[in-house]
Amino acid sequence: MINRRSTLKSMALGAVSTLALAALGISSAQADNKELKIGFVGVTSGPAAAWGTSNVRSMQTRAAWINETGGVKIGNDTYKINIVTFDDQKDPKRAIAGMEKMAQEGIHYVVGPNVDDGAAAVRPVAEANGIIYFPYAFPKALYQKPASNAVLGMIANYQSGPAIYKYLKENKGVKKIAFVAANESDPLSQRDSGVEAAKALGLEIVAQNDTYQNDTRDFTPVLTPIVALKPDLLVLSGVAPANAPLLIRAARELGYEGLISTETAQDAKVLEEGAGEYANGFISVGGASTPEIASDAMKEFVNRYTKMFGEYNDESNTKVYALEYIIETLKANPAAINDVAEFKKTMDTFSAPNPFLKGDAKLSYVGMTSFGQKRQLSVPMVVNEYKDGAFQTLFVGSVD
Amino acid sequence: MEQVIANGLYLGAQYALIALGLTLIFALMNVLNFAHGQMYVLGGFITYTVYGQLGLPFVVALLASGITLAVIGALMEKFLFRTVIRRSHREESTMLLAAATAFFFDAVILLLFGEKQRGVPKIVKGVFNDAGIIMPYDRMVVGALAIVFIAAFVLYMQYSRVGRAMRALAQDRVAAQLMGVRVDRYSMIGFALGAMLAGVVGGLLVTITGVNSGIGGPISIKAFLMVMIGGAGVVGGAIAGGFILGMMESVGLTALREYGDVTYLVIFAALMVFLSIRPNGLMGKPWG
Repeated sequence: MINRRSTLKSMALGAVSTLALAALGISSAQADNKELKIGFVGVTSGPAAAWGTSNVRSMQTRAAWINETGGVKIGNDTYKINIVTFDDQKDPKRAIAGMEKMAQEGIHYVVGPNVDDGAAAVRPVAEANGIIYFPYAFPKALYQKPASNAVLGMIANYQSGPAIYKYLKENKGVKKIAFVAANESDPLSQRDSGVEAAKALGLEIVAQNDTYQNDTRDFTPVLTPIVALKPDLLVLSGVAPANAPLLIRAARELGYEGLISTETAQDAKVLEEGAGEYANGFISVGGASTPEIASDAMKEFVNRYTKMFGEYNDESNTKVYALEYIIETLKANPAAINDVAEFKKTMDTFSAPNPFLKGDAKLSYVGMTSFGQKRQLSVPMVVNEYKDGAFQTLFVGSVD
Repeated sequence: MEQVIANGLYLGAQYALIALGLTLIFALMNVLNFAHGQMYVLGGFITYTVYGQLGLPFVVALLASGITLAVIGALMEKFLFRTVIRRSHREESTMLLAAATAFFFDAVILLLFGEKQRGVPKIVKGVFNDAGIIMPYDRMVVGALAIVFIAAFVLYMQYSRVGRAMRALAQDRVAAQLMGVRVDRYSMIGFALGAMLAGVVGGLLVTITGVNSGIGGPISIKAFLMVMIGGAGVVGGAIAGGFILGMMESVGLTALREYGDVTYLVIFAALMVFLSIRPNGLMGKPWG
C-alpha cells in the first residue's frame, strides 16, 4: 500500500540516485576533458575599464573558440580553457587580493594587471605562489633580473616612442614636440621616457610639465597654453582611450594643426564617435590591427568577438596575444602546466607560428635589449594612423 | 587672457547646471545624493542612444534623458529615500543609501552601455575665432542653453506654486507641513526635478565631452565641491560655486601649468582655508 511515508522515501531515493548519476556523469566528463584555468587580474570598471575589458573579452573569445573545437591538447591530455577573472578596479590593494585569489585557485598563469602600480604590487604574491603573470605595464624592474615572473604583454612606450618620433622627424619634418599626460604613475612615467627619447633625437621640447586629472571632461583649459606654443607634434603620453578623443577634439578646435600621437593602443570607433574627422592623422600603436597584415584567423577572431560581445575593441588587436602565448608555450613543454620553472626554461627557446599575422611571422619571447632577459611577448609594433573611422598602417617595427 | 576667461565662463555654466540638481535635493530632503554623477551619466547615455544611435532629433533625446531621469528620481524618492527617512533616525542612513544607489547605477550602466567612451555628432559645427577668443559654436550653444536652463529653474522656483512649496519645505519642513504643504508629494517632485536636471545636463554635455560609464563618481565629487563653495542647499550658492570652480580651473591650468598638476591641489587647499573661515560656504543658509 502506498502511503505518504513510502512516497517520501521513494522521492528521496530517486533524488539521491539522480544526484549520484549526475555526479558520475560530471566526473566522467572531467576525465574526458581536463580544465586549464587561466587567470585575469585587471581593471574592468571605472574610467579605465576599456583596458581590462578588452583583455578579458579577448581571452574569453579565444577560450570559447578553442573549447568549441574540442579544447587544446597539451601533452597527452586535452584541456578546456576556463578564464577566471578578477576586477582590481585599478587599485593595487585589490590587485593583490586578485592575485591571491588566483593562487588559492591553483592558477599558475595570469594575464594583467593593466597599470604600473598594480603590476608592481602583485609581484611578491606571484613570485611566492609560482605564478607567471603578463602585465600591460612598463616599469623595467618588473622584467629585469632578479624579477623573473612578469612577462610584458605589449610593446612598451620606451620601445615604440623613439621609433615614432624618429619616423615623424625624418618623414614629417617634426622639430618641436610637446607632451601632456594625466597626473598618474603610468602616463607620467611614459611622458618622462618620451621626453628622454625626444631629447636623444635632438627635438626641441616646448612643453613637458602639463598634466591633467584623469577624470577631466573638458580639456580646452589644459590645452589652451600648449597649443599657443605651436608644437609640430603633440604627444598624449599614456592616454586612456576615453580621454584621447576629447584631447584631440579640444586641440583641433583650438586651432592646432600639427601632428598628434600616443604610444598606447586606441579604439577606432571611440575616436570616430568622440572626435570625428578631427581624429584623422592621429598616430597610435596597435597589434595585428590593419587589413594589410591581419590573417584569416585574426579576422575570424574579430568576428567571434563581435558576435559574443556586440562590438569589437581595437585594443584587442594586441591583447589577443597573451592567452595564445600561454597555451602555445604549454604545448611546447607540457611539464610547465604546473611548474612555472619549466615555463621559464621554455621561454628562452620558444618559437611557434603567429596565427594572427599573414606570412611566416612567429610567436617568440623577446626583451633582451630592454630587460636583459626574454620577458616580453613579441607582438608586432604596428604604428597606425587613424583615417575616417579605421586605422591604416604607418609602419611596422619590432622589438628584440 | 580672453581665452582663459571664456574657458572659465563656459566651464562655470556647465558646472553650475550640474550642481543645481544636487543642491535642490539636499535643500529639500537633507540628502547628499552621491548618485548625482551616475544620474548625469545615465542621462548622457540616453541621449547617446536616442540621438547618436537611433538618429532622432537632439531635442527628443534631451527630453528622453530628462523624463527618464525624472521618473527614476521620483521612484527613488518614493520607494527608497522616503522609507529610509521615515524609519531611520540617523542621517547617515540616507548617505549610505545614496552611496549604494551610486554603486548600483555604476554597475547597471556598465552592463547596459559597456566600457567604451561614447560620443555623438556635433549639434552645431564650426568655431568662433575672433578678438583673441576661440570657441566652438556648439560650446556656445551649450553654454547659452545652460544659462537658459538655470534662469528657467530659478524663475520656476521663485514664482510657481510648486517652487514656492518646495522653498517652504526647504526652509522648515515641519512648518510647511503644518501650513498644509504635502511634504511627500513635493519631496518626490523635488527629487524628480533634481534627477531630471542631472539627466538633462548629462544629455547636453554628451555633445561636447562624450560619456563613459566610469565618470559618475568624479562628476559627483566636483558637484559636491561646487555646493560646498556656494553653500549647501542654496540655489544661488550652487550657481556661484559652479562659476568660481570653472574660473579657478581655467586660470589655474594656465597660470600654474609649469608646476605640473597643482591646480586642484591649490583649489583644495584654498577650499580648506575658505571653509575654516566660512564653514557654510558663500551663501550658507537654508533656502529662501
